[in-house]
Amino acid sequence: MSTILAATPFVGPGIEWFALSPLLALLAGALLILLVGSLTPPWKRGGYAAFTSLTALVAGVLAVIQWNRIDDNGAKTLVGGSVAFDKFTIFAIIAICIALLLTSLTSEDEVRASNEEGPEIFGLFMLAAVGAGVMVASNDLILLFLGLETMSLALYTLAAKERRNSEGQEAGLKYFILGGFSSAFFLYGIALIYGATSSTNVSIINKTLRGAVRADGNDVLLLVGIGLLLIGLGFKVSAVPFHVWSPDVYQGSPTPVTGFMASVGKVAAFAAFSRVFISGLIYRADDWRPAVWVIAVATLVVGSVLAVRQTNVKRMLAYSSISHAGFMLIGIEAAAHVASDDAANGVSAIAVYLLLYAVLVCGTFAVVTALAKDGGGTELKDFAGAARRRPALALGLTVLLLSQAGVPLTSGFVAKFGVIKAAVEVESYAIAIIAMLSAVIAAYLYLRIMVAVWLADSPEETEAPARLPFSLALSVALAVGFTLVVGIYPQWVLSLGDSLTVLIR
Amino acid sequence: MSFPILTALILVPAFGALVVACLKKSRPELVKLAAVLTSAVTAGMSIWLLASFKTGEAGYQFTSQHEWVEAWGISWHLGIDGISLFLVVLTGLLFPIVIIGIDPHHDEKPYLAWMLLLQAGVMGSFLSLDLFLFFVFFEIVLVPMYFLIGGWGYDNRIFAATKFFIYTMFGSAFMLVGIIATALLAKNDVGYFTFDLVQIAEHADFAASTGRWLFFAFAIAFAVKVPLFPLHTWLPDAHTQAPTAGSVVLAGVMLKLGTYGFLRFGLYLFPEAANWSKPLFFTLATIGIIYGAIAATMQRDLKRLVAYSSVAHLGFIVLGTFALTSQAMTGSVLQMINHGVSTGALFLLVGMIYERRHTRLISELKGLQKVAPIFAAAFTIVMLSSIGVPGLNGFVGEFLILIGSFETARWWTVVAATGVILAALYLLWAYQRVFHGEPDEVNSDFAELKPREGGILLIFIAAIVFTGLYPKPMIDRIEPSIKSLITHIEERSDYKAPADDSEHSDHMSEGEHE
Repeated sequence: MSTILAATPFVGPGIEWFALSPLLALLAGALLILLVGSLTPPWKRGGYAAFTSLTALVAGVLAVIQWNRIDDNGAKTLVGGSVAFDKFTIFAIIAICIALLLTSLTSEDEVRASNEEGPEIFGLFMLAAVGAGVMVASNDLILLFLGLETMSLALYTLAAKERRNSEGQEAGLKYFILGGFSSAFFLYGIALIYGATSSTNVSIINKTLRGAVRADGNDVLLLVGIGLLLIGLGFKVSAVPFHVWSPDVYQGSPTPVTGFMASVGKVAAFAAFSRVFISGLIYRADDWRPAVWVIAVATLVVGSVLAVRQTNVKRMLAYSSISHAGFMLIGIEAAAHVASDDAANGVSAIAVYLLLYAVLVCGTFAVVTALAKDGGGTELKDFAGAARRRPALALGLTVLLLSQAGVPLTSGFVAKFGVIKAAVEVESYAIAIIAMLSAVIAAYLYLRIMVAVWLADSPEETEAPARLPFSLALSVALAVGFTLVVGIYPQWVLSLGDSLTVLIR
Repeated sequence: MSFPILTALILVPAFGALVVACLKKSRPELVKLAAVLTSAVTAGMSIWLLASFKTGEAGYQFTSQHEWVEAWGISWHLGIDGISLFLVVLTGLLFPIVIIGIDPHHDEKPYLAWMLLLQAGVMGSFLSLDLFLFFVFFEIVLVPMYFLIGGWGYDNRIFAATKFFIYTMFGSAFMLVGIIATALLAKNDVGYFTFDLVQIAEHADFAASTGRWLFFAFAIAFAVKVPLFPLHTWLPDAHTQAPTAGSVVLAGVMLKLGTYGFLRFGLYLFPEAANWSKPLFFTLATIGIIYGAIAATMQRDLKRLVAYSSVAHLGFIVLGTFALTSQAMTGSVLQMINHGVSTGALFLLVGMIYERRHTRLISELKGLQKVAPIFAAAFTIVMLSSIGVPGLNGFVGEFLILIGSFETARWWTVVAATGVILAALYLLWAYQRVFHGEPDEVNSDFAELKPREGGILLIFIAAIVFTGLYPKPMIDRIEPSIKSLITHIEERSDYKAPADDSEHSDHMSEGEHE
């Protein structure tokens, strides 16, 4: 061993910088805003948000360029096999950039109003986005862990932004401690997988498991490792029973941050989930698929049933995001039916779901941000009669909520349809039925919010509400427009999704 | 290429809804004008459709087909045949009547927008020949109806609206999975992946057990919508709490989505399963007829009474649908229209009573005949039509259903026939309590029918009497499609329709109105 090391000097892997440019752009943006922002007097109104939006746009455009390069040259792995450069990665990065754009538009006003205007929030948004981008691109468990921690640490800080009230403290602390636990599980899982396969690289794990049928049948190391990875990722996607943090954290965090967490956090965690399990551990799918099945069903049922009794809109949306996680898990379950020719459709269904959901949830929380400011809180009763004060905004919220409920002609229906179709294709009828029924229960939650907004009697205050900040209105309009366009003409998103079915190994 | 009339029937009201939503609230007359115009144009188109429909042809007419979502084999495929023709016409005519004739009292603009959107959705459901497209419309109608009940209904409206939404969505949950599974399983037989109804129905050959599972996935959604006992409990709540216009539309066309769904999708796609499971549907329909009638007798609220009578009437329609004979099924389609007209008119009348007295409780009303004789006369005709008195429309439909069902579902029909008597019981008893006797103090200034109200009722009564006296034009258009559906079922299951079927029904339709 030592002789080998001595004989071959360490050669760093060749790095294709341009392929990594979307991530580098985000990172540069984060560092720039923190560095320059701390040296200059506060930027003029909206400057930080504008810079962040611009960064998101640049990163998004760069990602589109990479998409075209993959079209021409094919997918591959980079940086010594540790980065997967395929369309799935790029697609997820684009989703992250869109979520970042919408979030920064939404937060501009909120941050300014809170008298804490500074570059930190936006810097953290971008850092979290970098972490998320690394997660979705990583083809190596160690790199995945690095991305996960980068994103999580930024999100912990963001969650605790309202540190002066107890809910904000609770959110930050709870997220941090439970997140730390889950990271520990995840890391231990990586160690055990390494023990079983002698690699942390997803492609190599895949190849090792393909041929390996152990004579003694002793897979304990591997199976425990898979279980621990499942726990770690399950926490990040807030799957039941690892979901308990999310209602408290969603409620305590500033609303735009919640939207960011729900969108970017889910995109990154699910993309990584798919990469590790569908790409790396696929030859053990028969071992972990039942576990995913159980988790998915539990997530669907618990997410929708517990939502029914909530009275806080952000908590409601937290449970709704849990139930959405259940739907995405169905995609993973479907993709794990290796025997079926159609299993790959599960992957594209997840990817499409992630993109549509990211936009949807950012838009929803943008509306909640605006309405909460009018009503003075995020309790359901604070939303009473919002439609009288702001009919256009209420209409936007209605579209977004109907979309979350999966009503046709909205993007949410397209997303759900894709996942259910993937499940039916591999003959997972039971889970498809359970999912649709839990969607019915979840619909009750969205109806309750709509009832509060449209139909509840408002407290008699006729004062005209303040003008909606332009950036916030823009972000809502973008989200609603996207929701309807995709809902009415989904073809283009679906064909993008269809090109994602193959994960690079 | 000819004018895409069916597409226009969907898009015109949808566009109207958009226009109404964009107009300024401060110009109510413009808003109303836009709504009336679009619904009138739609009505005109549906009448034109009726006039140029080729009588005697069984197949789909005016079809239009465009790619929509190629990746999923979904197309914008519309068509109309004898089964859907009159439902489409009814939808086209009922909405302008409701929009012009019934005042929402507040927030007219969103009300009209939802109404038009609802019309577009219902039209789409009746016209779709693509499973996915049908599902889209079938689901989308929930949204405007939810807001109409929740926004313009009575005291307990939010509960009723939510119950309505959740119940129907519960059924659709099964149907969506069923639709996807149907399309996927049919892929090999059809040769490519498509949601096209005709392609799947004509080419797919499901194994018996598979077909039954799929059929029940669809059937649950339709049974909720009909509603079939025991899934009917949303209906009395929704009807009672809905605003008058909502009730009229709900009874008039929306409940028909369920019975129409059985005919168009359930029986057409899964003949074997439908034939196999018909005893179940006979039983549920018969229970619905008897139970609905008894429950209606017990009601103290006039609107709830009419709602339960709907459960009974739709039981007849389901009975006729599954009887699988030409008379019974033709009668079912006819009865869908009749029920829409009669019950729609009943809800209208109950709404007028509520407008005047602000109560729907039977015990609060008394002796209205004395103070408002014309109103009472109108009520009587509509009521008699609902009971099924010969010479009015209800008789034709129910008689055809009972005659046709007697051959294939004898004992169920015997029991169901008592439902006709029960209908007389609950409606006449209610009439007696509300209209007979001396009016007490609060009822003595009950206003007589206003010209606008009378005009609207006249349209309904004209339809009631015309269909009752001369149903032949309708039967001639409905029957060919029904016969071809029965042939389709015979080819694909071991069912054989009774031999003397066609002669019998010709004889019936001739003799009926002479």
